[in-house]
Amino acid sequence: MDYTQQISVFLENRPGTLAELTGVLCEHNIDMRAMCVADAMDFGIARIIVDDVFNTMTVLKDAGYVCQITKVLTVEMQDEPGSLAKILDMLGREGINLEYTYAFLTRRKDTAYLVLKVADLEKAEKVLRAAKIKLVGQEALQEIFGD
Amino acid sequence: MGNYFSPEKETASREQIREWQSRGLVDCVKRVYENVPYYREKMQEAGVTPDDIRGLEDLHKLPFLTKDDLREAYPYGLMARPLSDCVRIHSTSGTTGRRVVAFYTQNDIDLWDECCARALVAAGGTKDDVVQVSYGFGLFTGGAGLNGGSHKLGCLTLPMSSGNTDRQIQFMTDLQASIICCTPSYAAYLAESINERGLRDKIHLKAGIFGAEAWTEEMRRDIEQALGIKAYDIYGLTEISGPGVAFECSAQTGMHINEDYFIAEVINPKTGEVLPEGEKGELVFTSFAKEAFPLIRYRTKDICILSREKCSCGRTFVKMTKPLGRSDDMLIVKGVNVFPSQIETVLLNHGYAANYQIIVDRQKNSDSIEVRVEMTPEMFSDELSKITAREKELVGALKSMLGIYAVVRLVEPKSIIRSEGKAVRVIDKRNLYQG
Repeated sequence: MDYTQQISVFLENRPGTLAELTGVLCEHNIDMRAMCVADAMDFGIARIIVDDVFNTMTVLKDAGYVCQITKVLTVEMQDEPGSLAKILDMLGREGINLEYTYAFLTRRKDTAYLVLKVADLEKAEKVLRAAKIKLVGQEALQEIFGD
Repeated sequence: MGNYFSPEKETASREQIREWQSRGLVDCVKRVYENVPYYREKMQEAGVTPDDIRGLEDLHKLPFLTKDDLREAYPYGLMARPLSDCVRIHSTSGTTGRRVVAFYTQNDIDLWDECCARALVAAGGTKDDVVQVSYGFGLFTGGAGLNGGSHKLGCLTLPMSSGNTDRQIQFMTDLQASIICCTPSYAAYLAESINERGLRDKIHLKAGIFGAEAWTEEMRRDIEQALGIKAYDIYGLTEISGPGVAFECSAQTGMHINEDYFIAEVINPKTGEVLPEGEKGELVFTSFAKEAFPLIRYRTKDICILSREKCSCGRTFVKMTKPLGRSDDMLIVKGVNVFPSQIETVLLNHGYAANYQIIVDRQKNSDSIEVRVEMTPEMFSDELSKITAREKELVGALKSMLGIYAVVRLVEPKSIIRSEGKAVRVIDKRNLYQG
């Protein structure tokens, strides 16, 4: 199965916490491929996508962060109006509830990537595959960025 | 000189007071020795019998009683009267494990009401006053105590209980309340609300009796100015009866202890040694006049100083300062007793690490309590909703344990300040204890 291993990191809600996190990553020469931050009133969760998940987890834990790996789907789509709507519509029709999503671009022209977090990962994968939508697994990610 | 509710008591000579206390003590010790196995065993362990107690000078021979004793003897172990003689209970604020239930006979209630009536008179009250009681009613002693005192004095009493500020203000203005009784922080809040609504001219208050939590002289001046009243302090604890164990008079320089009912001592909290008048130490009470639940040498954990200097009000009862601190880690927040250990219990029960910090603050004279908890891998989730749901659950559990709302704040691991390897558990920003 082509999952992406996203790292979710607990952050306190005070000035500078995200800067501290990115500082730690920078110190260890870790390049983030994608990132999004979700926030509640008094805390946040940074969700990041990197190449070397194991190494990054080790670095973060050593730095004292509470973090965990979350399986998500990364979908490749055409970078044009309507492609996101098409995918979301399809998932909706199949009754797959989206917990959160965010998108990123790479140097590849005309291509955008969508990170999807759903409760039923397997079902979502099946639906997307049936529609011939390309999923990018953790290993394939490195290739994209290698371009 | 001023007015007194019980002049023959409140202005009695020192010799007379000593005699009452001596007689009361001897009688009380006999009663508990005969009727309360817990006391009997405690005295036997200390090698004391009622024959050894012939007067006030023998008080020091008796063993101390602590909150642990009360907990151990819970619920009936310290009762000196059968349940059928009792008419009411009260209990300390919302605590499991630390809960204290006190029993009262009708005479105990009468005695307590009298103490509160004295406090009202000392604050300038007469039977013509309208007394608004905005302490909580229920297990808490605040409402019941002042309500009873107000009845005893013959005042029109408004048993408002706490909260619902709009209604409080409406009754206060419509029924021309002249004395308000509540916690000092609620008084400050009421004052602010009244002034915000531009109703300062519509109120008829002349005095307020404020207790159940620590407050500063600065706060007193604030409240006095904002409401145009004189603000009086009152002291008490459920174990001994409730508010009115001691009350402030027109001199506003300490609280007179109702010595015809209670014996006060100040001890060195470490050694138990009785300290001379004027020295700072832990306040200890013997409630010899109580029938159902008399306590002998009960350690309050409140630090204060006693003074027998002549008071301008003419009362001869000893005066205690406002509590200057605690000899344990108890916090009083919004008038409610809070022990850090209670918070720790809740955290551990809910799977959190015992790495926490309690931050107590007072903004605009209103208390707040925040519990900072370090996030752990077990508690973490990628889903915000799961974390916030856990947070809510924790807030609910803290509310039911403490009886008050505490803000929960999740912080990063190891972010709670440790000094010399030991985490600082409580930060009280209020600086309540002066002197």
